[in-house]
Amino acid sequence: MHEPSFGILHDLAAEPVLEERMAILRARYPAARTDAVADVVRTMLATMRGDLTAQEASLLSEVEALGRTIAAAKAEIAELKVTDINANHIPSATDELDAIVAHTASATDSILEVCETLDGIGELLGKDGASPDCADASARLQEATTRIYEACSFQDITGQRITKVVATLKAIETKISLLVEAFGGRAPGEAPVAKIADVELLNGPQLPANAMDQSDIDRLLASFD
Amino acid sequence: MAIDKAMNVLIVDDYKTMLRIIRNLLKQIEFNNVEEATDGAEALAKLRAGAFGLVISDWNMAPMTGLQLLQEVRSDARLKSTPFIMITAESKTENVVAAKAAGVSNYIVKPFNAETLREKIEKVLGHA
Repeated sequence: MHEPSFGILHDLAAEPVLEERMAILRARYPAARTDAVADVVRTMLATMRGDLTAQEASLLSEVEALGRTIAAAKAEIAELKVTDINANHIPSATDELDAIVAHTASATDSILEVCETLDGIGELLGKDGASPDCADASARLQEATTRIYEACSFQDITGQRITKVVATLKAIETKISLLVEAFGGRAPGEAPVAKIADVELLNGPQLPANAMDQSDIDRLLASFD
Repeated sequence: MAIDKAMNVLIVDDYKTMLRIIRNLLKQIEFNNVEEATDGAEALAKLRAGAFGLVISDWNMAPMTGLQLLQEVRSDARLKSTPFIMITAESKTENVVAAKAAGVSNYIVKPFNAETLREKIEKVLGHA
């Protein structure tokens, strides 16, 4: 049996002349698809089986299968648009969650402020010498505000839960980055995607940093007059 | 023996909204002398500078956790007998065990209500 063809292929690949010829061909046929070329090479290699030992042929077959698996995985990752998930979806989701925490904290502070005012009124109503009706109203008011204070502690709990979700999303982001990196920076067939923006759709409230407040809106409307 | 509601109470939490809620709940149960600290270091400084009859602290703080604050308090000759109530959203057994081992007086799980707070304070101060 002849020596296997691997040595010849290896020599050819290392040959600078071959590199140049490949470059010329690429320039001449820019539309040529690498997968079509690979297919031709694969077919050619198949015809060379007779030159390989059984073990080498088996190895070659396994390498081909591995190549197909990697190509399929790349295609699936491209389908998922994983870099889009990292570049847009996860940062957007974490920003939205941070905004939820900030908004609910602000709302809770407003509720607490009103509650403290009600407490003050309750104290005035129930001060020494108050009528039984006023004393009763004061006690009921205090009971109500106590319930509100208790309920407001939801903010702390939800804040902690959301922080956990954000940490989980960031962990997923890291793992996706590693996966994309393993496949050479970008999944095949995937074009860069513009950052998700509130371009045309009404996607709910904007994040505070990007939003206009009421006075901005009023000024804008007035500018049309 | 009646509870001395005029005692100074130190509440510790890195989340100001929670401090406000606890302060108001304490006020509802007639503890009006309440001081606040937003981290362990500030709490220790206030404790060492003043006279407090009770500490109510969150566990989940950084850089010094409520548990570390408790350990500091218990290792300080002047502060070691100060009643210390831990408040936390974590209700894992190992946390409660760790807090108990460090000398916590009582442990409140969030969310809690005014009645729970009153009950734990009374228990800690020996008036259950």
